[in-house]
Amino acid sequence: MTDMTAIAPARIRLARISPGRVLGFVILALGAWVVVFPYIWMISSSLKPTDEVYDADFTIWPRTFAGLQNYWDVLVGQPYPTFLLNSLIVCGGILAAQLVTAIPAAYALAKLRFRGQTILLGTVVACLTIPINVTSIPLYLGVVKAGLLDTYLSMMLPFLVSVFAIFLFRQFFRAYPDSIIQAARVDGFSEIEIVLRLIVPAAVPAVAAFSVFSFVAHWNDLYWPLIVVQSQEKMTASLSMMQYRSEFDINYGRTFAAATVVTIPMLIVFLFARRAFIRGITMSGVKG
Amino acid sequence: MIGGAERLARRQRRLAFALVAPAVLLILVIYVIPMVLVVLTSFTDYSLVSNGFDWIGLENYRHMAEDEQFGNALRNTLVYALVFLPGAFFVPLFLAIAIQSQKRFRSVFEIVYFLPVTSTLTAMALVWSALMDSRQGILNNVLTSAGLPAINFLGSPDVVLYSLAGISLWSIIGFNMVLFLAGLTAIPSSLYDAAEIDGASHPVDRFFKVTWPMLAPTSVFVAVTSSITAFKLFDVVAILTQGKPAHASEVFLYLTFLEGFEYFNMGYSAALSVVFLGVIFLFALVQTLLADRTTHH
Repeated sequence: MTDMTAIAPARIRLARISPGRVLGFVILALGAWVVVFPYIWMISSSLKPTDEVYDADFTIWPRTFAGLQNYWDVLVGQPYPTFLLNSLIVCGGILAAQLVTAIPAAYALAKLRFRGQTILLGTVVACLTIPINVTSIPLYLGVVKAGLLDTYLSMMLPFLVSVFAIFLFRQFFRAYPDSIIQAARVDGFSEIEIVLRLIVPAAVPAVAAFSVFSFVAHWNDLYWPLIVVQSQEKMTASLSMMQYRSEFDINYGRTFAAATVVTIPMLIVFLFARRAFIRGITMSGVKG
Repeated sequence: MIGGAERLARRQRRLAFALVAPAVLLILVIYVIPMVLVVLTSFTDYSLVSNGFDWIGLENYRHMAEDEQFGNALRNTLVYALVFLPGAFFVPLFLAIAIQSQKRFRSVFEIVYFLPVTSTLTAMALVWSALMDSRQGILNNVLTSAGLPAINFLGSPDVVLYSLAGISLWSIIGFNMVLFLAGLTAIPSSLYDAAEIDGASHPVDRFFKVTWPMLAPTSVFVAVTSSITAFKLFDVVAILTQGKPAHASEVFLYLTFLEGFEYFNMGYSAALSVVFLGVIFLFALVQTLLADRTTHH
């Protein structure tokens, strides 16, 4: 290509309302409708009595409003508050453990020198490719042997350390200037103080992004809870949807009120933490 | 002075061990030991319902060759992936380019298309199954009112994989779109100006001259991660079809799950898991090789 600097002044901006852009907008709007429609249908159905859910002419607002009854049934008559609480406990516990284990390890990998450093980093990178589906059999057998089936601990166990978090935070910490760490050491900061007072505050964007990412991922997880949860008392919100797998609750309105109750929390998390969440996803692309 | 530096280095080393100890311990318990055990289990006929087990060498792996369910699951996964992957790649690419040229509604579209990524798929799969219901579902209402025959989306062996691919597409498009958007934003606009001067004034020309080559690393990443996602299909099958009808939606990971946790054939299921990981390693390898090539460019 030719010389850039010579081109810059010649920059021409054409009028921006082109037929292409209008067409693009129309297609985007139609696609958006397809994407959003299941939510509209779900919330609408959750407000309807059973016989109206499958009515041939669909109306967004119910002809007979049964919303109060449906949500009352789900939140008071059925143990959905317990399911939501279980999900909250498990996801919160997982996230806390992941942060507590990953931040110090990532700092040591990024800024300290110790024997086995290369091996540890190599192991972390190798483990990035191992999904829970591969290790689930030995983990399940171990959980059975330890008598931990159907406990919060077993539900959290495979996720207590996140190799992804270690790797991500290490990349982030490496960019932190060594001179500041040296200066802090000279000033008598201990390494723990350096981590807590310098590194962690600087890493807030990465930590926030990872936290939202982890929380949402484990809230929506089905595979592992399906294996270790046995009782209604420990059932997670995502797993609770399996009750309808063979047949819907005879009360359709109530079924979709339950689906709404399970889905809404993560939608709210997303709407409030959108930037952090999207940053978490684009960061996952910076492997290597 | 030198003694002091050495003491500091030694103190740092001890501290480093303390800092990594919890992570190392958990990585051993969660990854390393189970990985060793799953490979060892794959050489046995271990079953949760019988006492004891025998070492049977590669018998489990040999069994796959003659296991009809395995062949069936492999075929199903392949068909599903062939339907799913083009959509999971080109639709988000198109959306990202279209959204980038929008000014006013950009963030609205971004939010809307991204919603399914954060949504609990088990719940939304139920909604999809209601929309796809063979008799009363809204999709079939639309089809019949347009004079087309109704489709048994989830109940027909010929259609079920396409329907599952459709639901999965709905849930992944926003994810890949965000990756493409990040890739697009990173392309310096001076390149487009340069291409315009070089005579590439039509948007299609500009796409092939600038966007497509500059987007190559993102494209490789999206293609590989989507392939892995396709291979890991589980949730929607578990909640909507359980492999039915007539094993037509029994995909690789679901079969592995069935063998292990429904039939308790731990040895065979472990062998399937090892194969599963092998395929994922293969994808990771392809990604590394392609990523090297695209960045050298």
